[in-house]
This record gives sequence, C-alpha cells and structure tokens, in this order.
Amino acid sequence: MTTTAATSADLGDLCSIPALLARNAKQYGMQTAYREKEFGIWQAWTWAETQAEVRAMALGFLVLGMNRGDYVAIIGRNRPALYWAMVAAQSVGAIPVPLYQDAVAEEMAYVLDHCGARFVICGDQEQVDKVLEVQETVSCIEEIAYLDKRGMRKYDHSHMNWLDDVMREGRAAETRLGAELDKRCKELTLESTCVMLYTSGTTGKPKGVVLSNRNIIVTSKNSSEFDRLRPGDEILAYLPMAWVGDFIFAIGQAYWTGFCVNCPESAQTMLTDLREIGPTYYFAPPRIFETMLTTVMIRMEDASPIKRRMFHYFMEHARKTGPRMLDGKSVGLGERLKYALGNFFVYGPLKDTLGLRRIRVAYTAGEAIGPEIFDFYRSLGINLKQLYGQTEASVFITQQPDGEVRSDTVGVPSPGVEVRIAENGEVFYRSPGTFESYYKNAESTASTKDAEGWVATGDAGFFEEGSGHLRIIDRAKDVGKMADGGMFAPKYVENKLKFFPNILEAVVFGNNRDRCVAFINIDLGAVGSWAERNNIGYSSYQELAGLKSVLDQIQSHVEQVNESVAQDKMLSGCQIHRFLVLHKELDADDGEMTRTRKVRRRIVEEKFADLIDALYAGQDSIYTETEVTYEDGRKGKLKATLELRDAKVFGQSTARIAAE
Amino acid sequence: MLDTQKDEGYTTADGRKIGGVAMEMRNITLRFGGVVAIKDISFDIRWGEIRAIIGPNGAGKSSMLNVISGSYHPQEGDVIYKGYKRPKMRPYQVARMGIARTFQNIALFEGMSVLDNIMTGRLHHMKANLFQQAMWWGKAEREETENRAQVEKIIDFLEIQHIRKTPVSRLPYGLKKRVELARALAAEPSILLLDEPMAGMNVEEKEDMSRFILDVNDEFGTTTVLIEHDMGVVMDLSDRVVVMDYGKKIGDGTPDEVRNNEEVIKAYLGVAHE
Repeated sequence: MTTTAATSADLGDLCSIPALLARNAKQYGMQTAYREKEFGIWQAWTWAETQAEVRAMALGFLVLGMNRGDYVAIIGRNRPALYWAMVAAQSVGAIPVPLYQDAVAEEMAYVLDHCGARFVICGDQEQVDKVLEVQETVSCIEEIAYLDKRGMRKYDHSHMNWLDDVMREGRAAETRLGAELDKRCKELTLESTCVMLYTSGTTGKPKGVVLSNRNIIVTSKNSSEFDRLRPGDEILAYLPMAWVGDFIFAIGQAYWTGFCVNCPESAQTMLTDLREIGPTYYFAPPRIFETMLTTVMIRMEDASPIKRRMFHYFMEHARKTGPRMLDGKSVGLGERLKYALGNFFVYGPLKDTLGLRRIRVAYTAGEAIGPEIFDFYRSLGINLKQLYGQTEASVFITQQPDGEVRSDTVGVPSPGVEVRIAENGEVFYRSPGTFESYYKNAESTASTKDAEGWVATGDAGFFEEGSGHLRIIDRAKDVGKMADGGMFAPKYVENKLKFFPNILEAVVFGNNRDRCVAFINIDLGAVGSWAERNNIGYSSYQELAGLKSVLDQIQSHVEQVNESVAQDKMLSGCQIHRFLVLHKELDADDGEMTRTRKVRRRIVEEKFADLIDALYAGQDSIYTETEVTYEDGRKGKLKATLELRDAKVFGQSTARIAAE
Repeated sequence: MLDTQKDEGYTTADGRKIGGVAMEMRNITLRFGGVVAIKDISFDIRWGEIRAIIGPNGAGKSSMLNVISGSYHPQEGDVIYKGYKRPKMRPYQVARMGIARTFQNIALFEGMSVLDNIMTGRLHHMKANLFQQAMWWGKAEREETENRAQVEKIIDFLEIQHIRKTPVSRLPYGLKKRVELARALAAEPSILLLDEPMAGMNVEEKEDMSRFILDVNDEFGTTTVLIEHDMGVVMDLSDRVVVMDYGKKIGDGTPDEVRNNEEVIKAYLGVAHE
C-alpha cells in the first residue's frame, strides 16, 4: 500500500483545533470562515473574527468554572456559535460531546449520564426543555447555556445563561483569565482528546468513541490533500453535528485547510440555501441525491414538449460521454462539442438549479447508491464519489480517487490507512484515525480493536482484482456460504433488486443451499401508477402483485440482476434461480421488519417456510395462509395462491446445472 | 383624560406582570336595525395580558372585536383607549393608533409572496411619497431596508423562513394563519386582535399556534385579545376571559372563575328541563 501517512513531525505545533484556528486567523485572517443565513441575509465571520468569538466564549467558560477534562454536551442544529462552542471547550481543555438534536429526552439522558456532562450548550428552548427533563434523573449537569433567546425569559436562570451573556462576561474577564486560557491552550497535545462522539447504537446502548487530536488532525490533513481541498472552498454544514462526518468536514478539514463553513437558515431551507451558496465540496447520503433526481424527473415530465425532448436528448449524450470526460479518458472532438452544447442548454442550468454547479468534489456514503442515480450526477459533470468509513476510523477507510470512480466500489484505502480482509471476508483496518477507545467500556474496546491496532468493521468485502478497489458486500454476520462453498451475500443481490423502482423490498435465501431463491415485494406506488397508465384494473395490493404482466416485469428485473451478478466471479453463485412475489407487504407491525424498515431475515424465513420449501421443491404454484395484524391491532388471515417462477441464470451457474 | 381606574395591575400565576388598563369598553350597545348584537357590555383590557372573548355561535364575539378594531361604531357606549375616549374613527386610523388584527376567514393577498404580504403590515411605518417610492430613491430605499429588517425578525420568530418567497395561494391553511399573524405583528401593535386564530386547525397546528401566541406575548409584551371556540386552548392561553351569550356579558374573570360560573355552564351545556 502506498501511503504517505503524516507523522507528528510534519504537523509542527499544529497539534490541536485551537492551534489550527490561531494559524488560520494569522494566515487567512480576512477570509471568510463561517457564514450563516439569518434574517434573510448571509451573515459572515472571517477567521480573525472567529478567533475573537471563540476566545470570548472560552473565557466565558472559564468564568463559569469549566475544568480540564470536563465533558461539554452540545445539542442543536448546525450553527456557527455551536461549532465555536466546541472549539472553545477544547481551548479550556474540556471535551466537546455533540449530541443528536432529534434525540428524545431518555436517549439524551443515557448519553449525558454516561459521559457525566457538567455543561450543556443548547441551541434553543426545545433542547433546553429536554435537558431540564433529563436533569430530573441525571445529576451531573451543572450549567446550561442556550443560543436562541426566544421563549427563555421565564426560565429559572440560577444555573442557566444566554450564550451571548457568557461571551460578554468572557470579554470582560480577558485581563483576569487571558493568561490562564493561553496556558490551557498550550497544554493541548496530539494525544489529548479532541472530541467524543456517540455511535448511533443500532445494537445495544450507544458507545462513546474517543477521538484524539492526532486522529482528527492527521485524518483531516490526509483527506484534504487527497482531494486537493483549498482555502476558498465552500461547504454547507447541514448534517447532524453529532455525526463524525460533520465533525471531520466542518471542523477537521475546514480548520486544517481554512475553507468556509456555511450554515443554513433552518432545516427546511436547506435546498434553497444550497443553491445560494453553491458549495465546491459537498457530502450527502444517497437518499438526498435520490430525492433531488426524482424532483428533477417529475418536473421534467411537466415541462413543455420541446424542453422535455431537449432534456432527454442531451441527457442521453451525457450518459455516454459525461462520466468518461470526468475520468479523463479520451473523448472525440465531436462528442466534446456536443457535450459543450448540452452543457449550455441543459446540464449547466440544471446544475445551477440544484446548487451543484461549482462542485469540485462530492461524496456519498452510508448505504449503496443506485447506479442510475450515481451515473446521472456523474454524467452532468459533477464529480460525485463514494467513500467508506465509520466513526471509529474518524470517517475515512477507503475513498475513490479522481478518475477511478464507479458506483459499485468504495475505492482504495485512504492515505495512511491499511486494510486487510480476514478469512471470513470481514474488513479490518488500521490508520492514524483509529479511535483511542470507547469511553468507560474497556471490554468493547478490546473486542473491536486488537493489540496491534486493527479494527473490525463488521462488514464483509473484498478487493477487486486489477483495480485494487474495495467492494463491500454485506454485514459480516449476514454473509454465509453456499452448499458448493461459494460466498452467499444476500444483501448484495437484494440491493441490486431494490434499485428497480418497481421493487420495494427483496429477501434472498440460499445459505447452505445449492442455489438461491427470492421473495419480492412490489412497490405499490410505482407499479400502481404503471397499471393506471396502462388501464390495468386492480383492487388490492394482493391482486396487483399476482397479475401476470407484473410478474413478467419482475422476472425481467430478476434476470437483469442475475446477469449483472454473473459478472462477479466471487458472487456468481448468488444468482436467483426461482422467485415469487409476496401477497403482502413486509411490515413492522407483523414483526417482519424493524421500525427502521430493515428486513428481519430469520423471522421472514420462519414465517414463510412453506413458500421457501415450495420454491426449492420446484412447484409452480402454492396456496398459503398468512396471519396479519391490522393497524388497529386486530388480527386476520390472508389467503392467496402464489405463482412461483423460474428465472434465467447466467454464466457458470448455468454451466453447472447443465452438467448435473 | 378620563378617570380610568388607577391601579397597578396584577401578577399572573406564572409570574408575568400585567399592567394597568389599556382599553376599556363602557356600556357598549351595538344594533343592526332592530337586531341588538351587543347589549350594554363593559369590560377592560390590561397592558400585557392575553384576554379572551368566548361564547356560543352568534353571541356577538366578532362584533365585539370589530368594535375594538373600529370597523363597527356602537350606538351607545364609549371605547376608552390609553385613558382617552376614542372618537369615531375609520379602521385605518385605529390601526395607526397601534391596534392590529387577523381575520377569521384569512384575508391575505393571495397572489403576493409571504414576504410582500408581511411588508404590507409595515405600511404605517413608511413615509416616503409616491415619487420616491416609484424611483426607489432616498427615503424610500432607506425605509424599505429598515422595514425589511423588522419583517425578517418576525419571519425568524414565527419560523417561516422556508416560505419567504412562496406565493400565499400555494400555502396550506395552517401556514396562512401564521402569515396573517406575522403581518399583524409587523405593524408592531400595542394591542393585537386575533379572530379565531385556531379555527380549522389540527391538534399539532393548534399547539404551534398557541406557542407562538404565548411567545409573542412573552417576547414583545404584546397585549392580545383573542376569540376562540376551542375551550381547552382558551383556558390554557388566556389570563382573563369574557363570556358572551346573545349579545350579553354573562361572565368575566380568570379561566377558573369562568369555568365555575353558573351562567356560563348554562350557556354552554344547556339547562335540564324539569
């Protein structure tokens, strides 16, 4: 692995966020560091002003009695003052702990109690109310400060302060406490804790991930250099402050590189603000890209015929040439000219509307993104890439370098990161960003991070031969083996199926079997509107799902997926040999899914055992009865006769079947 | 100046200071031909309080509000405002004296954006003449900037930033009501009149609206007079309540006093026939 991991020697005395702030104030003093839209206008702060604000706040914290090693919880939407509060807390030697603002009081109580937060900085009244509720059971909280004064007049202020007042007191105490603050700032080293972030905790209680200054600063340096970020870049900070990505983008990289962080006016104005700012560096989860694309497509359907035809004509061309041009491959002059024309008429105005015109680097991560969605943005000339990471790694494990971007990989190991694949396919990594420990949880730390610093991700994946790109296939615990020893990765195939708008949910079975079969849920919205357009009548989900023409469509989707799975040598055994369309939607009320809409594989397997057996037995149809829970809690029985279908399989598997 | 009751007001249960009398209605009688809409009603409104007027349909609540806002002129009785007897005035003159209102059936400019609608509430704060306005020159430009800043504060306060540029016609009902409140607030009124601010809203919208009414009162100290059907909301929000029935006042006092008033119970629940 060719890595240029930074060592502490390269960093000089830039070993904490406050130190980086001081450098930026000196070097980029007059450049804009923060912008926030308030009262309809973008208010801006330069790096020099930011330093003054952070200093005032830090002095204010000293006045309130904040000690070294105190935990300071920060709850609220993305606002400059809350970012400053984090840096101010670091300046006095305390540790910021940003929390999810939409957490309910009891979730908040666990985290506040676990870290023993003495100070809580709240965005507004809503958050203060939650903290006050928490205070009834959690005794550690001593002082609350809030940013938005609205509605706060009547509260008991004996242990509560308006953040502006804290800063005012701080400014007044400059001569008294200035030297103490400087001393505390100087004490910070690469080893001191930079931030503590709680993982969302899909399994069990949230865990506090302790990240040191070394983790954050070295990772920020490496990743900034990887994408050649520079002062003058702009980002929009709109993702939860408690998420590690936001901390790295809006504090780590922003302070290392010295670029500008823009905060939207409110959560609802995000898309308008995005357009007004036109960021050059942007992160969004796949869901946001998906929504944007849907909006574009719907609006195009309503456009005039000429515009619509022009859009489709040039988009067709963009799909062919756009990604190749982005990757720097050779493209003929004629094609380039046509692309330039398309850029003038379609791509440019469209990117402008979306607020993505100035983007140099955009990332998406978190879950699989549909190839069509991914290619749409790439073909417009937006440099959208994928990365793979987690909180414990200070985000970056792998990322895609410019020119090597594809929708089905997550890229090569980030600079300074070593990745290895264990026997069972699980991905391990070791990097300068690897977390120090889980707070007050030595047991979990030991089971996640071994003595040599290797961390288990819990995801299974493999390196693609030739390109050296990592591909993530599934959660390691869900990956199994086929009867012939091949790898069985259900989620990988299911995701491919779910990229079709007609398919809402898919469950693939085949662990320890000789071949795979699948259950499919159609998307009532998509298939229903197709039926409407084609004058096909139906009265219920069940009836629609049983229509021959619908089954034909699904079959063609399944076969397309098989064809694409067959390309993959390691996973070609996971092609779907037989499938059925379920007579009911998988539902959380029936326990088939979690409340966050993740399929509970085992329960589905047990509940529909008769259907699975029929699929493997080769039957053509089956009569079944299923118990369902209605929304009012009553139970009923759903009866149906389902058609079981064969799907065409490709490549090796076909050869093997033929040989039998 | 007339001799209004000279007192210091009172303190509410949650610790707010309520001032002296802002407006006093003295023996108001309003007739439309032979129909007596309001019959000899007297009550007062104090600085800083939230005062509710309730009553069954047709009790004369809206007529009462129209008397306060100057749309109707009572045949008998006086309106005493800030210690002076108010002469017969046109509604716009009353508005200039610091009384702003919202309407039961929304009365916004449907084709204009939210921002422009709220800006109309600042009309009384603009003094530039037609020529200056047309040329966007001197005073006109300065005033627009100042007034826009005020309007933006209200937009921020009522959390309607996301619809700033949206035409009102495209908004759902609950938001339109909030825009109307914003426009009334933009006038920086001393007394704010709300005619059924929560009519036709769902529970969540009602909760939001209640919070905004309380916040406005808390933040700007605006005296608020409201008419509302939802008894739960009225009892939670208001400091004092006037109850009307068939044009007569049948109760006046704190929510608790009103709730236990025999007359009020009769008017609302009816009387059992022997």
